[in-house]
Amino acid sequence: MTAQVITITSGKGGVGKTTAVANLANALAIDGKKVVCIDGDIGLRNLDVVMGLENRIVYDIVDVIEGRCKLKQAMIRDKHYPNMHLIPAAQTRDKNAVSPSDMVRICKELRGDSDFIIIDSPAGIERGFRNAIAPADRVLVVTNPEVSAVRDADRVVGILEAEEKENTALILNRLNPTLVKNNDMLSAEDVLDLLGIQLIGVVPEDESVLIGSNRGAPVVTDAKSRAGQAFRNIAKRIQGQDIPFMDLDQQNGLWGAIQRLTGRK
Amino acid sequence: MGFFSRKRSASSAKERLQLVLVHDRTDLTPSQLKSLKNDLLKAISKYIEIDPDAVQIEIEHEGREQRLVADIPLRNATRGK
Ligand SMILES: Nc1ncnc2c1ncn2[C@@H]1O[C@H](COP(=O)(O)OP(=O)(O)O)[C@@H](O)[C@H]1O
Ligand SMILES: [Mg+2]
Repeated sequence: MTAQVITITSGKGGVGKTTAVANLANALAIDGKKVVCIDGDIGLRNLDVVMGLENRIVYDIVDVIEGRCKLKQAMIRDKHYPNMHLIPAAQTRDKNAVSPSDMVRICKELRGDSDFIIIDSPAGIERGFRNAIAPADRVLVVTNPEVSAVRDADRVVGILEAEEKENTALILNRLNPTLVKNNDMLSAEDVLDLLGIQLIGVVPEDESVLIGSNRGAPVVTDAKSRAGQAFRNIAKRIQGQDIPFMDLDQQNGLWGAIQRLTGRK
Repeated sequence: MGFFSRKRSASSAKERLQLVLVHDRTDLTPSQLKSLKNDLLKAISKYIEIDPDAVQIEIEHEGREQRLVADIPLRNATRGK
């Protein structure tokens, strides 16, 4: 087997990169794939807590690079899926402790024994971002339907083009269908038209994402969550399946009922 | 202005982004773009007569491709005026 390396990046911070990595990795693991996640956000380690693995960390990626441990020793096995591992970021170092060629070397070592390597990129377009995209076979850019997030995503897409990364695709996260319908939020069509890249998924704004990350259990494991469904679909598309896009307009539950009653739908 | 009469914000978000992305992608500030247009007009006017007000020079985009599109109506030469 030879793994596909997928890097999740965004330009702007706080748009949902770490959330996407944790959810996509879980969804791929549920589908039986061997997955390794790498937290590329050196100094601002987060993927460990979102995945609920913070208590299991002994070594981190900088320990591997500086030869204090073997790569295998820094790979933390997930609590629920033994076919999923996390390589945590170092918390007390900065981005310069890692170079793009370190990342390429680590991924090369991992490729033979996994199906997917998913890298959580830090925000920005500097060293940490360069490290994260260096080994990527495919980059997924996360953005929110919001002016500054889309602008930063466009910058990143431009850099990826210049780096001749192919097959870059967009995850539009935190879309609120009600606001879109009322014309108070950019629609998926608007964002795609502006950015001019392919779409791999739209994830709705969903409070279950917060609840999941409070518990260290990503929402893909919650069968009822809309965001979870969206991430499960993206994971299928990553595996090459042709999955139709969800109808986010479909108004479920109490809020939908209220809107229908008040004729705002 | 009441809640229901307020102008919907998605269209202004899109318009503002369209402008800002043009400048980000070309690395041209709005004022540089303006001087580019002026210089173009000056160069063309050296050879042919044009009506500066009828000229349209814009950056258009299709997907991630951008092009500078100039629409410059020419005045017919009126000999022996
Ligand atoms: N679809 C969503 N719905 C609701 N909240 C979300 C969604 N996606 C992300 N969030 C929240 O947004 C915040 C930032 O997400 P995070 O993944 O840490 O962003 P990044 O890694 O890009 O900085 C977190 O509190 C997360 O729970
Ligand atoms: Mg993050």
